Amino acid sequence: MTKSEYVVEMRKITKDFGGFKANDQVDLKVKPGEIHALLGENGAGKSTLMNILSGLLEPTSGEILLNGEPVKIDSPTAANRLGIGMVHQHFMLVDAFTVTENIILGNEPSHLGVIDRKKAEKEIKELSDKYGLAVDPTAKVRDISVGMQQRAEILKTLYRGANILIFDEPTAVLTPQEIEELIEIMKSLVAEGKSIILITHKLDEIRHAADRCTVIRRGKSIDTVEVKGTTSEELAEMMVGHSVTFKIPKAPAQIGTPILNVKGLKVNESRGLPAVKGIDFTVHAGEILGIAGIDGNGQTELIEALTGLRKVVGGAVVIKGKDVTNAAVRKITETGVAHVPEDRQKYGLVLQMSLSENLALQTYYQAPISHHGILNYHEMRQEALRLIKEYDIRTTNEQLRAGELSGGNQQKAIVARELDRNADLVIVAQPTRGLDVGAIEYIHRQLIDQRDQGKAILLVSFELDEIMNLSDRIIVLHDGKIAGEVRPETTTEQELGLLMAGSSKQAAAQEVK
Amino acid sequence: MLKVSQPVKRILVPLISIFLGFLVGAIVMLIFSYSPIQAYASMFQGALGSMSGIGETLRQATPLIFTALGFSVAYSAGFFNIGMSGQALAGWVASIWVALAFPSLPTYVLLPLAIIVGALAGGFVGAIPGVLRAFFGTSEVIVTIMLNYVVLYTSTYLLQNVMPKSFRSSTDSTQTITSHASLRMGWLQNAFGGSRINAGLFLALIAIIIFWIMMKKTTLGFEIRSVGMNPFASEYAGMSSKKTIIMSMVISGVLSGLGGVVEGLGTYQNFFTQTSSLSIGFDGMSVALLGGGSALGILLASLLFSILKIGGLGMQTGAGVPFEIVNIVIAAIIFFVAIDYVIGLLFKQKKAKDADAGAKPEQVIHQPKGGTEV
Repeated sequence: MTKSEYVVEMRKITKDFGGFKANDQVDLKVKPGEIHALLGENGAGKSTLMNILSGLLEPTSGEILLNGEPVKIDSPTAANRLGIGMVHQHFMLVDAFTVTENIILGNEPSHLGVIDRKKAEKEIKELSDKYGLAVDPTAKVRDISVGMQQRAEILKTLYRGANILIFDEPTAVLTPQEIEELIEIMKSLVAEGKSIILITHKLDEIRHAADRCTVIRRGKSIDTVEVKGTTSEELAEMMVGHSVTFKIPKAPAQIGTPILNVKGLKVNESRGLPAVKGIDFTVHAGEILGIAGIDGNGQTELIEALTGLRKVVGGAVVIKGKDVTNAAVRKITETGVAHVPEDRQKYGLVLQMSLSENLALQTYYQAPISHHGILNYHEMRQEALRLIKEYDIRTTNEQLRAGELSGGNQQKAIVARELDRNADLVIVAQPTRGLDVGAIEYIHRQLIDQRDQGKAILLVSFELDEIMNLSDRIIVLHDGKIAGEVRPETTTEQELGLLMAGSSKQAAAQEVK
Repeated sequence: MLKVSQPVKRILVPLISIFLGFLVGAIVMLIFSYSPIQAYASMFQGALGSMSGIGETLRQATPLIFTALGFSVAYSAGFFNIGMSGQALAGWVASIWVALAFPSLPTYVLLPLAIIVGALAGGFVGAIPGVLRAFFGTSEVIVTIMLNYVVLYTSTYLLQNVMPKSFRSSTDSTQTITSHASLRMGWLQNAFGGSRINAGLFLALIAIIIFWIMMKKTTLGFEIRSVGMNPFASEYAGMSSKKTIIMSMVISGVLSGLGGVVEGLGTYQNFFTQTSSLSIGFDGMSVALLGGGSALGILLASLLFSILKIGGLGMQTGAGVPFEIVNIVIAAIIFFVAIDYVIGLLFKQKKAKDADAGAKPEQVIHQPKGGTEV
């Protein structure tokens, strides 16, 4: 039935957002039965292109062909009908519903108005078995792991008859082991004749999973290459337009005095259940201590407790010899703590306020920005202009609302505000989540700079690469406890992965051997 | 679609809203066979056609400015203060009480004292829901509504059972305050044809300026806005959202209390049994929303409101339109202003859109990800 060499062909797609071209004459050709990676930095136009393909956006010009026939995809329903399914980055699942209920949502098979659950469950089970997804159709979404939730999302698209699956940055939330599994699943899907478009900015994944790769930069398609004949460096260069260093060289750490002492720390999560269950560690001046772990193992609560945002229920936090257990946020900050929060839009910025007001968020109450409670906006703007220049925040002006900055520049603004205060302890959580290669490199350099200036740095990250590249020591959190401490020179990703999954250090070392 | 620039749009949208409100009002009047032209003519005649009419309009606007400012302060901190009626009533009762208790103190002592006590009474009533929300997370909407009734009946109880008998002229009203505690000024009343306009108007104008300075120029205003827009980031930055919420509610209560004070010491010169919550509380809320929370907006909106209210009386007497119809007209105008977002859609924002798209490609691209555009 295939009349064309390509299952999807997007020709000269242009999407114009009132003068700004998010896509400019982009071409994308996907062969049947391949995993086709779509590589690009944040804001390069990957998502716009895929939103056009899945019917969420209409292109300003250009045409889309499926199996050689021109089609018009003007709504998500139309995309569904044409067999295009999207596995979203943020899962679109109802927590309180079962997998089956989620999958049939909006499309319920019914008999005389009564949902035929049995039939749906059976069909879903069959689909799950066919592709080796191992999803229990009767489990409630809130009870299953993140990896399984993602597989439920995949099942949803398959159940709706998708032939072309779009994966939007699917590995962001997964452990290394789960990533392996996902790649296996994707391979079995294409073996069954499906075609996959994989949106990502992680080069490793492309190398492992994809057959071909189309690179997009600033709204234009740069090239489509065979993955086998291309190196990661070449891909990265195509993506950012200049050569990049993956690993920032760093001198050996000059370990100084202890700055942060955590003793037997216990913290509860919001429902009152223990989240951090008695941990001890120390961060010294001049070192980066990385905290690895899968999301939800107490990292968020730990950071909140250290910075005064959450109540400590047991143990002590000592910064520079001062006991700051359960001290007010501002007191801890003034002790000499900079904090780049995990959720930059919720905690890091007031999105409706201007960039200059956000840059002054920690210093607005002090001279020179205010005197006796009266703000000096002129001074605030001058400070902002200085930070914008020094930290290379790309913005049209300092009065732009923070919400209008790109993700990378929002993060740069937070980093600028926090590091500029010259604090002795720098606590950073997920500093590069969702950022592109250029911004990641920038932030990593800043952190190593701070280390070399003798600051103590506590880094929490779910990205193993980041932990491995930056840390001088690594502790792994699992279920609110320290599962082990390792050194980046002597450990492997496998060992870390196993520790993160809850194996003991000995067991992990054993298994890796 | 009209192409206009942002500032023009900000002026045009409320004007169109007001016009549409009058239009709907006219249709309603036509349905009930009243002449809208005659009615609107007598409305403007009543509100602005004579010096005394203008004086009454300004007098009416005075407490509304206070309550609207009060609402805006709390609203900026993310607090929906519906209790301004009660806070104003507390201010009214307290100021009259002081005025009656020390009738012979000199003006420069008694008047400020009565005003301050009234303001503090309002602040106290405002602080209650603030503290409850900050420490116990109670819904301010319910607490403030209920407090309106508590204050309403407490005021009656105080008047009838607690105030010394000598303060009262009857069971339902107090004696008139002495000129030492009055906000009325002879020359001002004479200038405006003997209307009840009083020095409260000047206090209100000063309050507008202080409000503007506080919100735009002080660290307190910065904290209030920040906590209102993002309490999480504010806590992260070391602000105390508890303190900020309580402070904003105290300020809100003080301003509302002053609204009651000018009614007591200015308009009525006494206190009498209230049978329902003061309308200045709820009208102040409308004025604040109408004025978009800005100082100038509140001033203009309070004037519009007063023209409608005072002119509404003129419509009754001049054109025989019942007050219910007048209220429909007022409600229609507020309705259209409240949906100004829809009216804004009539305009293609040429300038703003270009700037937006150029500045935030990231935002535009990622928007549909959350499924909001579906």
